[in-house]
Amino acid sequence: MKKLLQLFVAFARVGVMTFGGGYAMIPMLEREIVDKRKWASSEEIMDYYAVGQCTPGVIAVNTATFIGYSRAGIPGGIFATLGVIFPSLVIICVIAGILSNFADIPAVKSAFAGIRVCVCVLIFNAVTKLWKGAIKDKAALLLCLAVFVLSVFFDISPVVFVICCAAAGILFTQLGVRGK
Amino acid sequence: MMLYLRLFFEFFKTGMFAIGGGMATLPFLYDISTKTGWFTEAQLADMIAVSESTPGPIGVNMATYVGFTTAGIPGAIIATLGLVTPSVIVILIVARVLQAFRQNRYVDAAFYGLRPCSVGLIAAAGILVVRIAMFRTEFYAQTGVIADLFNGKALLLAAALVLLTRYVKKTKGLHPIVFIFASAAVGVLFRF
Repeated sequence: MKKLLQLFVAFARVGVMTFGGGYAMIPMLEREIVDKRKWASSEEIMDYYAVGQCTPGVIAVNTATFIGYSRAGIPGGIFATLGVIFPSLVIICVIAGILSNFADIPAVKSAFAGIRVCVCVLIFNAVTKLWKGAIKDKAALLLCLAVFVLSVFFDISPVVFVICCAAAGILFTQLGVRGK
Repeated sequence: MMLYLRLFFEFFKTGMFAIGGGMATLPFLYDISTKTGWFTEAQLADMIAVSESTPGPIGVNMATYVGFTTAGIPGAIIATLGLVTPSVIVILIVARVLQAFRQNRYVDAAFYGLRPCSVGLIAAAGILVVRIAMFRTEFYAQTGVIADLFNGKALLLAAALVLLTRYVKKTKGLHPIVFIFASAAVGVLFRF
């Protein structure tokens, strides 16, 4: 039980200190899990992170589940995950509750109109960053453009695209189209 | 009760199929918005901003926020648990066969297709935010004047932000939160 609580607390700390998820989480994991508690080595953390990237779901959650599991089995995986989401739940509920009371004030509306422009640019930056790792040949480019165009002009669930593209990835690899 | 089940199911689906971190949940949230009407696209854009400027993984923050907006604190908890449940299940299965999973050629081939898919989906969702933030489609529909379609102030701010976040050496490494707060200030000062 003590082990599980320790996992919860350690990952709650990681959750509180991570702004933005993804790579931002690595230095916090290094400090909390590798340096302070010695639960895993740096290499193990990078391995977990790599698998976290190529499994479904939020990378931070996947990494937490992994470390929790390797330390204390299935309950460990669950407690580490609950730890990493706990700060988000508390902080977002408080902020959402406050903001919903101020949403109609003109200054708040103007502020959010400005922020939305910033969100566009942040999404654009995220797309260009992911582009570099994802589009490495013509087939990948074609797949990406097809998904983009179909998704903009038709009302198709993202689930459909995800399943089709996983199948296309396997098909293209088998056919030897990949890498050209 | 039905609402809670639906929330859990929608976020379970998001957690199952959103691959590639934080922003990858965005297309799924848009899908939820158009299908259920629980929140508007403009509200979603605001939620992204708050999720980026508060501690915690973006994907988790967005799920919590959407859940809260839809059904209060129980909604926030249920949506977030829905999002992480598939992760926990998949990781617990994969953890036993970690090396075999990483080196499996089918897994590798599937991800070769999934990465461009993720980029395409996020870009498409981004277009929706751009339409809300930088264009005035309703105003244009009323007046029919092409110039009324563009929100000039917003486009200028966007151009400045692209420069500052990508090209200016002194500012491009800064955390997104800096740009979000600066944009809020510009929005208030210039009455966006």
